[in-house]
Amino acid sequence: MLSLEETHEIDEAIRIVPYKKAACIEALKVVQEHRRWISDESLREVADYLQMSAEELDSVATFYNMIHRKPVGRHVILLCDSISCWVMGYENIRAAVMERLGIQYGQTTEDNRFTLLPNPCLGTCNHAPALMIDNDLYRDVTPAMLGDILDKYS
Amino acid sequence: MERPLTEHIRKDLRPLTLKEYEQVGGYLSVRKALKDMAPKDIQSVVKDSNLRGRGGAGFLTGLKWSFVPMDSSIDTKYLIVNADEMEPGTFKDRLLLESAPHQLIEGMIVSAYGIQANISFVFLRWAYKEAANNIRFAIQEAYDAGYLGHNILGSGFNLEMHLHTGVGRYICGEETALLNSLEGKRATPRAKPPFPQVSGLFGKPTIVNNVETLSCIPHIVNKGADWFQKLSLTNDAGTKLFGVSGKVRTPGLWELPMGITMRELLEEHAGGMQDGLKFRGALPGGASTDFLVEQHLDVKMDYVSIAAAGSRLGTGTMIVLDDKTSVVGFVRNLMHFFAQESCGFCTPCREGIPWIEKILTSLEAGKGEGHDLNLLDFHTKYLGPGNTFCALAPGAMEPLQSALRYFRKDFEQYIAEELPHTTDPLPVKRNRLITDISKF
Repeated sequence: MLSLEETHEIDEAIRIVPYKKAACIEALKVVQEHRRWISDESLREVADYLQMSAEELDSVATFYNMIHRKPVGRHVILLCDSISCWVMGYENIRAAVMERLGIQYGQTTEDNRFTLLPNPCLGTCNHAPALMIDNDLYRDVTPAMLGDILDKYS
Repeated sequence: MERPLTEHIRKDLRPLTLKEYEQVGGYLSVRKALKDMAPKDIQSVVKDSNLRGRGGAGFLTGLKWSFVPMDSSIDTKYLIVNADEMEPGTFKDRLLLESAPHQLIEGMIVSAYGIQANISFVFLRWAYKEAANNIRFAIQEAYDAGYLGHNILGSGFNLEMHLHTGVGRYICGEETALLNSLEGKRATPRAKPPFPQVSGLFGKPTIVNNVETLSCIPHIVNKGADWFQKLSLTNDAGTKLFGVSGKVRTPGLWELPMGITMRELLEEHAGGMQDGLKFRGALPGGASTDFLVEQHLDVKMDYVSIAAAGSRLGTGTMIVLDDKTSVVGFVRNLMHFFAQESCGFCTPCREGIPWIEKILTSLEAGKGEGHDLNLLDFHTKYLGPGNTFCALAPGAMEPLQSALRYFRKDFEQYIAEELPHTTDPLPVKRNRLITDISKF
């Protein structure tokens, strides 16, 4: 069941659009913020609340890169794989992260600490290569910096 | 040299508070517009300024606005700022969003007044977390100061403003896809007509403009169309945020007059190539623009000159290709992005770009075949303008087609076995319907 906090936040989003369904992306974001990912059950709860079908909501949820329809770890690493980061050698970062954590793209560490995902251009190309962990942006990343960066997240 | 857009951005990039912004002349254009100018006056100064959209397409802003119906019986009109910056290699709007949020809000208020919009949205890319915080704070300050809300400065003009953060898809930058996304739908582009100016968000008249475009508006209203035109070295008016990324000495972002040369940008501002590397080419305005090469270094960076040289000014953020970086790898990386970010609505884009990526991947793996370059050539036509539903695929073809033109030998050397030359683009089982490429 949606929590009071969740419904309150979803209601805020509904308030500024002409009909409930139009707030569905905001609603998915709200629920993901609270539960880290959108399970089938969460999807149905949101769909019911917005008076739309779960199928229609899923067509929206699966369209967007940042709605997680599979479980993710406590922290999500988004590694920029677009052109400026590629030119500046992001592939070394990718190899180092994968080796350090023992996971590939789309996987979560066994202790549920990190999920690693590739991500299109993060818009900080003069400081490539770049990555994000949760809400934090890291620029001019080198493989040597990774240990300190990852240590910040428990 | 004047730098109106970035003049008041602090060295540490912390945004000005509303009070600090007012002390350097902030929100004067709102006072001026609401007290002394009619909406049509705003529209005409913007039209006369020759401002062109800074999001990539370069459409004249005043002309875009002129299609909005000004019939006073219309109860709702929208103004939306497209802050979904996601074109690879582009990092210009981030600066204005994080460090000059009040300038953007001021531009939005004046623009909304100009088209008589009463609801506005900032459609912001999810990844721009700091921008989201700064804009949310600035919008609240503007409400508290009476620049937003009901009866602004006693003028009778009303404007709501909301921040919407996206959930990530490149196609959301296409204005009609953005509207679908704001309506809570999959972000597939819409058929035009009707154009958004007539039937946009929730079926109401809507203008969508880029962050940098709207950030120019307060200055145009304050200082006039002639002043704005004179900021430029050429006929395309204004200053422009230009960026350089890749293996140059000092990658960065600068506000410079429209019409500086590529050479100036590259050598004076970006410090030239890193030691031991040579310039081979550059995408002048983001991932979806054609390569320009050494012979173009003296081309002026404005819409008309870059187009005459065979590319587009796009977002004005240049990605540099050096002589030690693989051209095929460079283009393969771009095609991976476009294949992934295709919305999947129309078949040529959904099927064609992944096919190109596979060809390039196999080339890089040493498994190229003699027909591959013909196939790539064919795709650049088949996914070109007029053959797909929106501009994503034609944009994706720009770096590919120009790489095949300027760096063809780089592609050829990956082909293990040279097969007899053929002009047949589809050497395997042919579909008669699409093999007639002579018409493209």
